[in-house]
Amino acid sequence: MNDMTPTREQREAKLEGMGCKRKRVEDIRFTQGKGNYVDDVKLPGMLHGDFVRSPHAHARVKKIDDTEALKVPGVLAVITAETLKTVNLAWMPTLAGDVQMVLADGKVLFQNQEVAFVVATDRYAADDGINKVVVEYEPLPPLIDPFKAMAPDAPVLREDLAGKTTGAHGPRKHHNHIFEWTVGDKDLTDAAFRKAEVTIKEMISYHRTHPSPLETCQCVCSFDKIKGELTIWGTFQAPHVIRTVVSLIAKLPEQKIHVISPDIGGGFGNKVGAYPGYICAAVASIVTGKPVKWVEDRIENLTATSFARDYHMTTEIASTKEGKVTGLRVHVLADHGAFDACADPSKWPAGFFNIVTGSYDFPTAHLSVDGIYTNKAPGGVAYRCSFRVTEAAYCIERAMDILAQKLGMDPAELRLKNFIKPEQFPYHSALGWEYDSGDYATAMRKAMETVKYAELRKEQAALREAFKRGETREIMGVGVSFFTEIVGAGPSKNCDILGIAMFDSCEIRLHPTGAGIARMGTKSQGQGHETTWAQIIATEIGIPADNIMVEEGNTDTAPYGLGTYGSRSTPVAGAAIAMAARKIKAKAQMIAAYKLEVHEDDLEWDIDGFRVKGLPEKTMSMKDICWAAYNSVPPGMEPGLEAVSYYDPPNMTYPFGAYICVMNIDVDTGVYKVRRFYALDDCGTRINPMIIEGQVHGGLTEAFAIAMGQEIRYDADGNVVTGSFMDFFMPTAVETPHWETDFTVTPSPHHPIGAKGVGESPNVGGVPAFSNAVNDAFSFLGSTHIQMPHDYWRNWKAAKDLGAVA
Amino acid sequence: MIPGPFSYHRPATVADAVKLLSNLGDEARPLAGGHSLVPMMKLRLATPEHLVDLHGIAGLKGIRRDGNTIVIGAMATQHELLASDEIGRSLPILDETALLIADPQVRYRGTIGGNLANGDPGNDMPALMMTLGASYRLEGTSGAREVAASEFYQGAYFTALEPGELLTSVAIPVPAAGHGYAYEKLKRKVGDYATAAAAVVLTMAGGKVATCKIGLTNLSETPLLAEDAAKAVIGTSLDPATLKKAAAAAEAIMSPAADARGPVEYRKHVGGIMVMRALQRAAGRAS
Ligand SMILES: Cc1cc2nc3c(=O)[nH]c(=O)nc-3n(C[C@H](O)[C@H](O)[C@H](O)COP(=O)(O)OP(=O)(O)OC[C@H]3O[C@@H](n4cnc5c(N)ncnc54)[C@H](O)[C@@H]3O)c2cc1C
Repeated sequence: MNDMTPTREQREAKLEGMGCKRKRVEDIRFTQGKGNYVDDVKLPGMLHGDFVRSPHAHARVKKIDDTEALKVPGVLAVITAETLKTVNLAWMPTLAGDVQMVLADGKVLFQNQEVAFVVATDRYAADDGINKVVVEYEPLPPLIDPFKAMAPDAPVLREDLAGKTTGAHGPRKHHNHIFEWTVGDKDLTDAAFRKAEVTIKEMISYHRTHPSPLETCQCVCSFDKIKGELTIWGTFQAPHVIRTVVSLIAKLPEQKIHVISPDIGGGFGNKVGAYPGYICAAVASIVTGKPVKWVEDRIENLTATSFARDYHMTTEIASTKEGKVTGLRVHVLADHGAFDACADPSKWPAGFFNIVTGSYDFPTAHLSVDGIYTNKAPGGVAYRCSFRVTEAAYCIERAMDILAQKLGMDPAELRLKNFIKPEQFPYHSALGWEYDSGDYATAMRKAMETVKYAELRKEQAALREAFKRGETREIMGVGVSFFTEIVGAGPSKNCDILGIAMFDSCEIRLHPTGAGIARMGTKSQGQGHETTWAQIIATEIGIPADNIMVEEGNTDTAPYGLGTYGSRSTPVAGAAIAMAARKIKAKAQMIAAYKLEVHEDDLEWDIDGFRVKGLPEKTMSMKDICWAAYNSVPPGMEPGLEAVSYYDPPNMTYPFGAYICVMNIDVDTGVYKVRRFYALDDCGTRINPMIIEGQVHGGLTEAFAIAMGQEIRYDADGNVVTGSFMDFFMPTAVETPHWETDFTVTPSPHHPIGAKGVGESPNVGGVPAFSNAVNDAFSFLGSTHIQMPHDYWRNWKAAKDLGAVA
Repeated sequence: MIPGPFSYHRPATVADAVKLLSNLGDEARPLAGGHSLVPMMKLRLATPEHLVDLHGIAGLKGIRRDGNTIVIGAMATQHELLASDEIGRSLPILDETALLIADPQVRYRGTIGGNLANGDPGNDMPALMMTLGASYRLEGTSGAREVAASEFYQGAYFTALEPGELLTSVAIPVPAAGHGYAYEKLKRKVGDYATAAAAVVLTMAGGKVATCKIGLTNLSETPLLAEDAAKAVIGTSLDPATLKKAAAAAEAIMSPAADARGPVEYRKHVGGIMVMRALQRAAGRAS
């Protein structure tokens, strides 16, 4: 060996494989403004479409007069429901088994609902046209309060469903009822409550909010009349699903539809579903034969294309006097708005809300969810969340604090007492899930030690005394949250979207020089797939990550996959990548054996190639194997080195974490200060620690926003009062607290590389940590539960209601 | 979020600008930094047919001291206020307030003239100008006049400006040496208008308040001078009871609207808190 021979460490480092803090390759273009987003797509002769929207929450549409609009220079067409009926597209199916108006058909059901689509030669002309369309409305009484939706005399919202006593998920109890979903053993749970020494009951609301990605929803549709082909560039988190849906509803052959998701500026669930803008732009392009662009503005995004949460969760826990939980009962009133357009796997009308038993060993539980219609925007998307897991985590984490308060126990102690123990995994929860792995107590204790939890409690006690003596107007809260997520939808046995199993895929093709391209069915919206996917391949097959180009988002070239949301990319596509890489490695081993003139079994893998067992100088690098794959494969073997894997996961993965938030609140103004936020995440094997940290920072910032002020709020008439970034709380760097991150590693036993997914954990676990901090701060004044969001005026009102402010 | 059609004019002198404005009539609006006007146009809440851009008028720029008065040209940006040594020396409360307006991007474009002429109760500078006893120079086709800031604001977006008139400069008497000052603003985040804000300029003598002015932002349709509140603190050492009395007197004249910042009751309550905190901080700075 001479000095030039790289050491094992140098060879490892060169790969930049799993565990490496590899810098994000996509940032080279993003930070220089060279990304290519939908709005960057500019085609010759391209037209622009924009919507006339309803000012009313509930009204009959008597007449739409487009005469003056069509006189505006540049305006070419005004599309209404009547136009769409001629192509049978006035309504579209939703992912949740409902139907949704594309354009108002006879009535409008929420403010800013799409009423007409104006097509013009430029965006300015389109908007001038919008202002000239005269719509005659007859206002109807709006239904805004979800708790009044099922009153006998509640207004009838969905006249199209008249007489339909059964919906996509079973019987409907009322004209505004969508479904009832129940899970668990009711009798056993009722019995547990009858026998309970201690019970708590609280209506815990998770208010309506919105994912609000930086880039709004948009598309460019271009129909080629000669070829009969439709190309759609769109902000799609799941481009393949969009292609299939378009094919089914527009009755176009699937091979003639090309869906391309270019760079996406954030999705957070907002870009999973199909929206009227896509349909209208496609129809407009088919009708005019020209490309048509549709780009939402911020107000439209916040008020019309989907919302998240809006779950009202009446929660009860039964427990012993010592704080051992014995039963959980939850009823959810789920406000779905005007149409059920939730983006859940088809058989799951309330998503995976039955993860609501959380990290605790509940012997029995029962859950029922009633979905209802109101005069609000449709949606119910998973905002950085695996299908209602955020709601579930908030519900149980808030309820555990309420129980601790009733028992006079420390909330962290109560959690430690009830955790599922490491030896109980795989753990079967009372509501039907099989948790793959976890070591909760270790994580909780590490968090408590790091923040010096006991000292914080002492400080809090002293401050409370000072407050009572009138020496300070500040109160202090310590918020504990221990969440368990369920991500990686999902196994074909229980997850599909419109009948398509929720597998994901990867195709790897290596080139002769030891480089290659890899394509997946997922689609990054900022998660950094181009970086991390290459790292998995680098470790698996010993080709440097820099030599692997990752490509996603083009349905013509990428293998079919269900897309990126619900923290599913690493659990599902990440597994497909490892499996495809292993197929390549198996073939590579045969080639190496042939070239080294030994039996395959005599070879062993060594970082970036194979070596002969016992003869470490006899090696063949993966780079050389790539070359050999194209000129000297063993007799009978096909040349080339590529593989495809479609991965159907055997189970979900269950990341978890322990978060602690320390906050002070000035009762006179309600102004809070987050003094400390510590987040420990266990996402199993860590592919790129830097990206994980970035994901955690982003998710915590969203959690902070949601808990502390971000909401889509309606007034009694159904007007959105928080429809722009002036009032919809989008924190800047100035408001955002400092984040401390930490980790433990408990790999998933069933995942090929043991990874669990992390993107959504901070949003899921962060919200209860903030809310528990606020509630903990106020608890000594006598409150059990204060609803989110905890913005300044509501904190002040809480203080006032509790007698702490005159 | 797409404005309607308009035509654009860029005069080089005040005389040309006022002539244009009076010829074009109601459908013309002066354009300064555009950071209040353009958002309104994008929402089509404002649909002027003509914009008369004031950026070409050299005479509207500049900050100068004229004896005991600071004169600021209407087109001085909020950033220029912050960069000015003269303002830093003589009117530090202006810096404190400007720093609480939006973010650097907005402050690079937004002008003092636009902020004062806009008539939005959420703008921070108007109440401050009332507190400082400033006056505005208004110029129209029939000549120039001076109007006190305290006489200028008549309702939301409704001011003493006659059609065709421009606000060309603001004159601010330099506060006494050793004065104390504070601008207390409660807002939800960077870039937000005040939930409530209070400006205080005072002088102290022998540990007691000698003179005091208090202004209030976004607590009514117009900026307010809280005269009774100011009176209540004269001759006191700002003991807790006096502070409470001042807050109550200020609250008595507030009539904010309920909005996403909070209900009326909250906005008035924190208005009172801002007054108390501004008084205390100002007193701490006085010598
Ligand atoms: C995100 C954001 C946050 C903001 N937050 C705050 C805040 O917290 N506090 C605050 O005070 N402001 C705030 N502003 C407003 C900002 O300070 C504006 O720049 C200012 O209100 C208007 O100044 P301008 O030069 O931009 O005026 P423009 O927007 O150009 O004009 C405003 C109005 O005044 C008229 N006008 C302008 N100049 C003259 C003149 N010389 N004579 C007569 N009429 C004239 C115009 O015709 C128009 O009607 C915010 C703005 C934004 C975009």
